[in-house]
Amino acid sequence: MSPDNMILKINNIEVKYHEVILVIKGVSIEIPDGGIVALLGANGAGKSTTLKAVSGLLKHEDGEVTDGSIEFMGQRIDKLGAEKIAKMGIVQVIEGRRVFEHLTVEQNLKVGAHMRKYGRSIKDGLEMVYHYFPRLKQKRNETAGFISGGEQQMTVVGRALMTQPKLILLDEPSMGLAPLLIHEIFNIITKLHQEEKISILLVEQNAKLALNVAPHAYVMENGRIVMDDSAEKLKQNPDIKDFYLGMTDFGGRKSFRDVKHYKRRKRWLT
Amino acid sequence: MELFLMTVTTGVMVGGIYALVALGWVLIYKCSGVLNLAMGELTLIGAYVSLSFYSMGVPFLLSLAISLVIGFILGILTERIFLDKLIGEPVLTVIMVTVGLSFFFKGCVELIWGTDTRVFTPAIFPLEPFRVGPLVIGQVYLWSFLAALLLLVIFVCFFKYTRWGLAMQATADDEMAALSVGVSARFVYAAAWAIAFMAAGVGGTLLGNINGLNISVAYLGLLVLPAVVLGGLNSVPGAIVGGIMIGLLQNFCGAYLDRFFPGGVKEIAPFVFMSVFLLFKPYGIWGWERIERV
Repeated sequence: MSPDNMILKINNIEVKYHEVILVIKGVSIEIPDGGIVALLGANGAGKSTTLKAVSGLLKHEDGEVTDGSIEFMGQRIDKLGAEKIAKMGIVQVIEGRRVFEHLTVEQNLKVGAHMRKYGRSIKDGLEMVYHYFPRLKQKRNETAGFISGGEQQMTVVGRALMTQPKLILLDEPSMGLAPLLIHEIFNIITKLHQEEKISILLVEQNAKLALNVAPHAYVMENGRIVMDDSAEKLKQNPDIKDFYLGMTDFGGRKSFRDVKHYKRRKRWLT
Repeated sequence: MELFLMTVTTGVMVGGIYALVALGWVLIYKCSGVLNLAMGELTLIGAYVSLSFYSMGVPFLLSLAISLVIGFILGILTERIFLDKLIGEPVLTVIMVTVGLSFFFKGCVELIWGTDTRVFTPAIFPLEPFRVGPLVIGQVYLWSFLAALLLLVIFVCFFKYTRWGLAMQATADDEMAALSVGVSARFVYAAAWAIAFMAAGVGGTLLGNINGLNISVAYLGLLVLPAVVLGGLNSVPGAIVGGIMIGLLQNFCGAYLDRFFPGGVKEIAPFVFMSVFLLFKPYGIWGWERIERV
């Protein structure tokens, strides 16, 4: 991959909260134009923070990119505000299905179209979202706080689509959903990626799922990237197999001793 | 019977003005979750500005318009200078700042306009009241009521059908999520304060026409609090109904209870009523209930 067709380049960034708490210590990620990249890692590894650094929402939480740079289509964006970044075509789907609870589903989608000025283009956008999420069309006039979790996740992804993004940062779309629904949502996401040519940076705890969708993945631990490879190779990697895919060599249960052993190995890595 | 009818009409009409001020309150709460305790002072400033221009000989409607423009500018300035830095801070901090603002504004008003009661001279609304059968309605009250209704319609349409209205509601619901889709929170807050200043200005001007204008008009801001809470803090129609309820309540207490408890039942009745009412409906009439899914 030549460096030219990268839509997003994160160069060795460092992120601090409240000017003292160092959360991200040198993360570099590259996303090819029109590609899907997954970012895996345990709780508190800094995945969400990385996404927020890209979308600019970090500044809203008193965090800051203190070192390194983020480039989106050749332009530096790490000092820009969230709205500017959103205007450039990056949208983050925040983790935890954050719908506007008191608005209806359709109003939620319309807020996503906030940056579009013309009624016509909003209508087209709604048509597009309803095409991918037919379920939302049925629920369009219901209050978003009362629809099911899966539908809320669809609303949130649909809302992000309404901003006409070039790059979507998806933060744990599978969280707290039934397997069947997760399947449905991931199918739609892949379809979106193929048909609308949107690049995606996917953060997931569910490594199996993520590695099936994304051809390339990064693994984060303690604010650092510890591994970075194609999905195929990662699936074969014994550590990933053990600790992210939950498979052991002989299919038996994991003993706590092995986990401790891995923790010690991790210390070498970080 | 006549007393009863009179009380009802006056109550509804005064309530209309409360509703107008309550609207400004609801607006700020709706999009930033902040109780603006400086609302009374906003009313005061708007009223004094239009009074000043009116006494300079500017026609009434024009001076009202000027006070709207100045209110708009002041609203944006207030937000930019005092509140912009607080975006993302706890709501309680912001509320405390509005308390500070209320003292600051009051001080400014006393400094500029003094503490004497001023009246709109010559009187704007003819003193000659309307008579409908046995009812006698002061023209000031009638016009104020109509103005409140008109503004209600405008506000409801604004929130339901415009992109900025939706953006404001969205920001109220989840600021972070709104930011993530490119809504400018700073713009939303500035707009809310500007509109609140303007609504308060109209309310203040109308009130000044009824009783004359002095610093005590600012206490109206506090009186409107029960109206807002009763209606539900983030409901525009709730503000109107709440305002009218408080207006009625005040006038009834004044007409019927003042004989038995002389002095001030009128002033405390709304608060007593609010406390009791909230025991039964903690979110007000049309307030947003916190949606919790199990």
